[in-house]
Amino acid sequence: MKAITVENIVKTYRIKKGVVEALNDISFSVDRGEIFGIIGPDGAGKTSLFRVLTTLLRADSGTATIDGFDVIKGYKQIRNRVGYMPGRFSLYQDLSVQENLEFFAAIFDTTIAQNYDLIKEIYQQIEPFKARKAGQLSGGMKQKLALCCALIHKPSVLFLDEPTTGVDAVSRKEFWEMLHRLKIQGITILVSTAYMDEASLCDKVALMQKGRLLSVNTTQGIIAQFKKTIWAIKATEMFRLMNELKNSEAIESCYPFGQYHHVVFKPAANNSELLKNIAVRGHFTQFEMKQIEPGIEDCFMELMQA
Amino acid sequence: MEKVITANGLTKKFGDFAAVDHITFDVNKGEIFGFLGANGAGKTTAMRMLCGLLMPSSGQATVAGFDVYKQNELIKKNIGYMSQKFSLYEDLTLGENIRFYGGIYGLTDKQIDEKSYLLLHQLNMEHQEKILVKELPLGWKQKLAFSIAIVHDPAIVFLDEPTGGVDPVARREFWNLIYEASARGITIFVTTHYMDEAEYCNRVSVMVDGRIDALDSPLNLMKAHNAASMDEVFLQLARKAVRTDN
Repeated sequence: MKAITVENIVKTYRIKKGVVEALNDISFSVDRGEIFGIIGPDGAGKTSLFRVLTTLLRADSGTATIDGFDVIKGYKQIRNRVGYMPGRFSLYQDLSVQENLEFFAAIFDTTIAQNYDLIKEIYQQIEPFKARKAGQLSGGMKQKLALCCALIHKPSVLFLDEPTTGVDAVSRKEFWEMLHRLKIQGITILVSTAYMDEASLCDKVALMQKGRLLSVNTTQGIIAQFKKTIWAIKATEMFRLMNELKNSEAIESCYPFGQYHHVVFKPAANNSELLKNIAVRGHFTQFEMKQIEPGIEDCFMELMQA
Repeated sequence: MEKVITANGLTKKFGDFAAVDHITFDVNKGEIFGFLGANGAGKTTAMRMLCGLLMPSSGQATVAGFDVYKQNELIKKNIGYMSQKFSLYEDLTLGENIRFYGGIYGLTDKQIDEKSYLLLHQLNMEHQEKILVKELPLGWKQKLAFSIAIVHDPAIVFLDEPTGGVDPVARREFWNLIYEASARGITIFVTTHYMDEAEYCNRVSVMVDGRIDALDSPLNLMKAHNAASMDEVFLQLARKAVRTDN
């Protein structure tokens, strides 16, 4: 049995001037024990999707199941077996660390001791502050407490809505290492993020933009579907180089990627000669060009503009 | 070269805790300066001092030629600021936001009209001044917020994680605006968690435990740390941190 199935889910919101299609015919499934990433920018519909799947929001149409239970008919069973960490810190700010954890254990009819193994590694990092009010914790500590509270009843499926937003590169890496250890313990994880580089840490990803899924696959699978050749180009004069490339009729797209610009040619263009010409004509210094493998962000940008 | 920021032994203590611990650096006019550090390294505290919002405990600093102790009100008038968390008033229209910020920075009505036109034209948002800011997608909002943060042509603009959650195309369009502003002589002081963005900066500093542990061009930092990307440089440096974000 699949841990999560989603079929043709549609969710719209009415606002003053019309209708916003938050989820537009979304379908995918997640295998048991998988880390599945929903990758997309702000406004893609990630939070609406999480709220539908955790039974907090009713879709307009379509069906979805968690562990075989329907999100409408089986909402009580689902609520007992999923853990949910919303994007916004939603614990009780005026309860202490320990009180929050005890509270969540109690409403799931369990105790901290019963599932301590699962949270031990994470909880030990916040234990020195267990008497502190949750509202007075730092961002990183709040995140760890929220994760402990979402895990205290040993959920079979864990929903993490943008757990790494605003988190620095080192802490993000540690957080993902933590998720991989939870996966080993058999927990299925659905995690959303706006950081494209986190896609490679998931078993499978769905790329999402403006309420639609652009692609569902493994990271390698998505990259393999990218059929165009990408050139990475750099010179000392990066900004001028960008403008020259954008002005060239033969070039389909050109975007900065760290130290390089990534360039895709229109199908008929003669790639390498053309680039060399641009370099010579523009008198660029330390000009460098090479063909590269696309990354997930290249793929996302290609798909979102298709 | 003209200096827009000078900091010498700048320190902020909260009790015994040195949130910012003797940082010394300069930022040149028109430079894009990346100010990196893990959560809790002291970036926000340092930035608040440089913006004239927080008195240092010791050390010296000037911003746009003004002293952070004695002329903090003048600093506020001569800088721009935007962050991911707060940028524009959501329930005001585009036009109202431009008018409001223009007014705060002392522009005349005529200047505000001219600026509104130029700004909306540059963003390809002509005839949209009556739209409420909350109806804009995040990427547009942040591009607009940046343009408004420099509506008064400040010497320097402080950007605190301006592109968090923004889609990859809009994120690059945002950086294009940064390049254009820098080419016009506006100095950019920016924090980010995206390490590819660190590579767009002229120079980058990395804060660890309240101190500046490294400061150089991205290329030189990568060479010095024998790293292929700024991501690796950052991980090497930030992993040395003793203190956590508590």
